[in-house]
Amino acid sequence: MSLDKSVKSQSPWQIGFERLKKNRLAMIGFTLLCIVVTISVFAPLLTSYDRDAIDTLNSYQKPSAEHWLGTDELGRDTFTRLLYGGRISLSVGLVSTSIAVLIGVILGTTGGYHGGHIDNIIMRIVDIFMCFPFFLIAIVVAAILGPSIWNVMIISGILGWTGIARIVRAEVLSLKEREFIEAARALGLNSRDIIIKHIIPNIMAPIIVYATLGIARGILSEAGLSFLGLGVKPPTPSWGNMLAAAQSMRSLRLHWWLWIPPGCLVFFMILSINFLGDGLRDALDPKLKQ
Amino acid sequence: MSEYLIRARGIKKHFPIHDGVFCRTVGYVKAVDGVSIDIKKGEIFGLVGESGCGKSTTGRTLINLIEPTSGSVTFEDKVIYDVENKIKVSAKEMQALRRDIQMIFQDPYASLDPRMTVGEIVAEGIVKHKMAKKKEAIEKSMALLELCGLRGSNVNKYPHEFSGGQRQRIGIARALALNPKFIVADEPIAALDVSIQSQVLILMQELKEKLGLTYLFISHDLGIVKYFCDRIGVMYLGNIVEQGTSEQLFSNPQHPYTKSLLSAVPKTHPREVRERIILKGDVPSPASHFTGCKFYSRCPNAIEKCNQEIPELREIEKDHLVSCHCVKLGGKI
Repeated sequence: MSLDKSVKSQSPWQIGFERLKKNRLAMIGFTLLCIVVTISVFAPLLTSYDRDAIDTLNSYQKPSAEHWLGTDELGRDTFTRLLYGGRISLSVGLVSTSIAVLIGVILGTTGGYHGGHIDNIIMRIVDIFMCFPFFLIAIVVAAILGPSIWNVMIISGILGWTGIARIVRAEVLSLKEREFIEAARALGLNSRDIIIKHIIPNIMAPIIVYATLGIARGILSEAGLSFLGLGVKPPTPSWGNMLAAAQSMRSLRLHWWLWIPPGCLVFFMILSINFLGDGLRDALDPKLKQ
Repeated sequence: MSEYLIRARGIKKHFPIHDGVFCRTVGYVKAVDGVSIDIKKGEIFGLVGESGCGKSTTGRTLINLIEPTSGSVTFEDKVIYDVENKIKVSAKEMQALRRDIQMIFQDPYASLDPRMTVGEIVAEGIVKHKMAKKKEAIEKSMALLELCGLRGSNVNKYPHEFSGGQRQRIGIARALALNPKFIVADEPIAALDVSIQSQVLILMQELKEKLGLTYLFISHDLGIVKYFCDRIGVMYLGNIVEQGTSEQLFSNPQHPYTKSLLSAVPKTHPREVRERIILKGDVPSPASHFTGCKFYSRCPNAIEKCNQEIPELREIEKDHLVSCHCVKLGGKI
């Protein structure tokens, strides 16, 4: 009896994360992600420059001890702007994914669990949303509502929920036939209880994986929209509009420090999030790997 | 109050078959096709039959886990549903009734939520019905686990840490958590190995005596049903073809299907001489239309009448009911 208590029991989650720790690529991605998140969050402590401080006398400075990654056309410190830009890019990724996951999970579970007409209607809405070309709609909405960080988040969230709704619905369809769902009904739980207590915890793994990959997509679409001038409004920096600012031939040829660092950051961020997402998928759903 | 705990009259469950581009209903699988069961308080009623004859569906329809197509069920003088008279308890009343009616499931690997601890699983119903707070409920579930022969300290473990037999005990503990009066046990021992089967059966027997339970015991194992159940119903293609006490059914089977089923029970002694009745043909599809006895195509002593008239379940002696044209009163063919 006393022996039993000392033995620590592992939940399926803990087992999954143990498995994740053994995946080297995923851990590299996770470390990189942590580093970027940390330096973005603590940006004011890492740089002495103000984000938007203009210093026209020192425009287009090469990287030096004073300006680690040089300055742009208005003499603003590129390194500082990169750190602050990380905040914007990451939060756009995070918020837009949260919106997408929220809508997707609610509609996916409702459709999958109740079936019939409700399911039909929801899935047709998904089909309709999937027909929208993302950038076209994003550009139109941004043009109507005006470019702002919030609009980017909302557009990207509202257009991105369809994939997760389909995944969730498919999972729910197979899950609801399992005996433990019937057992829950026999205990007297209603559909809301069953969805919240049994269905959602059991489909958390694909949701987490999809959300992780969705953050990468959110960052990418923010960069794309900002590059087109329809995303985050200057002077607020984001990786996307820093790239956009450096798109002149002159900058591309002479001022490499203006576009290589944000480009690399976007690239490495997406890569590491994707590695982490793949690792999570393998770790949380071992059946897939076989 | 009557001596019967639950009474079912002509319950049917027909599953529609959809086909074609527009998913039109082209027919019905008659999984349960008019079953009437009366179960007395404190009794173990066995339901036997081959795979796919509708035993499990009967159990589930009986306790309103699946929507019935027709028929009526009365539990303790309270009508749960009566499709013909359009009576149905509200969802809220049904939830309250679930306290008294519980179910033990067939597959102990599928019937426990893998993301919940054993304590949460057993306590779930207690918390839902507000019989206790979460903390007390977990304590109660420890006691229940002990009652079912598991250590109470297992409450913080997850189902994947247990073997099949242990999981089935958890399933039993969950069913007992609400102090039910009636338990539908859907092949509770079919997925277990033989040494554990007897343990679980003994446990169920003990609990029945200790807590005054009533069981509907669904099984395909005649040997177990013989000793475990008080009364037995034999099902064939959605109907009960013979019903009687365990004694009556095993010493004096009347329906040709029951006879062939019993002849398939393995001999317990090598020198035992017994005639083995092997049925010809296959079980007809439950979706097909029958004009007479469903057993007609396979029956060794079928007569013309069997294909034209559906036999009724008639009482040939006290408590012994048979649905066959060829069986006369008093049990003579």
